[in-house]
Amino acid sequence: MRVALIGQPNCGKSTLFNQVAGYKAETGNFTGTTVTFTESSVRVGGETIEVVDLPGTYTLAGTNPAEREASRYLLSEDVDLIINILDASHIAQGLELTLELLAMKVPVIVAMNMMDEASRMGLKIDGPALQEKLGVPVLPIVASRGRGVKGLFLKALSLSKVKVLNTSNYLLMTEDDRMARHKVAGGLEREFVTRGERRINLRDRIDDLLLHPFWGYVGLVLILYTFFQVVYGVGVLVETPLMDYLDKITQELILCLGEGKFLTEITVGALQGVVAGIGIVLPYLVPFLLGLGLLEDMGYMSRVAFLMDALMHRIGLHGKAIVPFILGYGCNVPAVMSTRTLDDPKERFVAAALATLVPCAAILSVVFGLVAFYLGPFMALVLYLFNIFVIALVGRVLTLMIPEDTPGLILEIPPYRIPTLRTVTQKAWFRIKEFLVEAWPLLIGGSAILALANFFNAADFFNSLARPFTWTLGLPPATGVPLIFGIFRKELSLVMLGQALGSMSFDTVLTSVQMITFTVFVMFYVPCLATLSALRRELGTKDMFVITGLTVVIAMVTALLSRGLAIMFF
Amino acid sequence: MVLLDVEKGKRVRVLSLNGGTGLEDKLTQHGLYPGDCVRVLRTAPLGGPLLVDVHGREIALGRGIAEKIKVEESKCE
Repeated sequence: MRVALIGQPNCGKSTLFNQVAGYKAETGNFTGTTVTFTESSVRVGGETIEVVDLPGTYTLAGTNPAEREASRYLLSEDVDLIINILDASHIAQGLELTLELLAMKVPVIVAMNMMDEASRMGLKIDGPALQEKLGVPVLPIVASRGRGVKGLFLKALSLSKVKVLNTSNYLLMTEDDRMARHKVAGGLEREFVTRGERRINLRDRIDDLLLHPFWGYVGLVLILYTFFQVVYGVGVLVETPLMDYLDKITQELILCLGEGKFLTEITVGALQGVVAGIGIVLPYLVPFLLGLGLLEDMGYMSRVAFLMDALMHRIGLHGKAIVPFILGYGCNVPAVMSTRTLDDPKERFVAAALATLVPCAAILSVVFGLVAFYLGPFMALVLYLFNIFVIALVGRVLTLMIPEDTPGLILEIPPYRIPTLRTVTQKAWFRIKEFLVEAWPLLIGGSAILALANFFNAADFFNSLARPFTWTLGLPPATGVPLIFGIFRKELSLVMLGQALGSMSFDTVLTSVQMITFTVFVMFYVPCLATLSALRRELGTKDMFVITGLTVVIAMVTALLSRGLAIMFF
Repeated sequence: MVLLDVEKGKRVRVLSLNGGTGLEDKLTQHGLYPGDCVRVLRTAPLGGPLLVDVHGREIALGRGIAEKIKVEESKCE
């Protein structure tokens, strides 16, 4: 037997699905988190049933790909029963979809989700009377806390056995009359929902502050600053001892296998890839994704989108696209992943392309180790501001070249919700798993290749390969290797640069102009391997190559420009 | 009058959605139909979006969109 979960966006379908199926679908207090369907076998009352989580849809005649997916599935697959999830705090809207579903020849159960939230809002819903009127079972649940979930599925099981079809009064509603459904649904809400006093009006008070034209932005800066501080605080705390330990293992391995041997080199190379993966996952991905999940589930990310919409419009994007930028400063991988919350494919492309230009923590180490250390922190700040300027400019140009057809932001700002530990951690794990499966093997392979190249003394070959670039930029030929292999792991760029030039005192081997040119080039050129793999996953292979080509052009132009400027000033 | 011109806090009735079928679909999907009463709750500064109460849900609408929604001031219950 197959049960389909269907409901409007952000009504908690995936939360319900995850309650019964274990964490398999991505959730968020954000519309459109689920874009394809997820299926899982669940044991209920001694029997196994298939449960399908469909993307949220406002209507069966939906227009975006995720919505079409939902109706296509319902119409083509043999679904034995539909569980229609309704947000109890806004039933009129949900009922519009219910009315559409009733016309199908499949039994329907209505699950009133978020009953706790509805009662906080002072809503009293006459479930039994509504059940009578609709002619299908109406059950109250709180999916996030698992309340009423078991009863719901037991009901589904028993109903599917009886094979009773819906005995609704609304079966004959004309199929495509949206306006009529809207009116009937509104009438049903007026009839069966009584609005009491809102018990607490916390949301408005919090929003008075957090969406305030002035204090809202102060709050935004404070919240994001705290977020970054906590994330990096935790990251550094974990990373330093962990990396020391892993380095020790590597050293012992070298002793064990014998230095300079082929097998040793390649094993150590691969091991360093493993280490680099851990170095990205633990300090950046884990705390970042946990923090992001927390902010998302609380409902704050939609508010950030609201606040930043005006600014993002200047670079041709919507407020929602702010998330990849914030994440990008930590690591471009989660930044690219987060572009999937954007509706429009063009917007996803532009946001992902721009996110790869944001200097991540690894590039920070180059900016600080080279520019800030030798030329002063002010110069580093100038580079960061220059970076923001370039991103804005590229955004403008890209959106001019790819004309937008969406006129502006339409985004529901959800109520604040207290996230549960389970959904936040499971969501983070869901995203981290993607990195582990997709990008980590590439990192390990890349590191092994790097070791191989070192072993066979292929440096000259790679340097001559990169010579057209390094010559144009006025950089020493030896910078070719750190630039090419920096693609594998950007955090190693500086170390490799030192090795290639034969000195870690960079002021003795590079001029100030060269330092700036090198850093600007590293800031913009080809995203790292892990980011490339994320780009391929989110946008496809073609767009990955397009973005890569674009970054090379941008890097050349900006590096040449800054070379010219630097020559003038130094 | 369009939604963009509505004062904060005032309830107005939506007359028509004039942004083509694509926009109309998107707005009706968020529960905003012609004939409905909506209220502008807040606006973001510097040309940012409007926050609009649509049947108890709060929807952020960009100015470009609010400009295409024709409204009238009339009694809204």
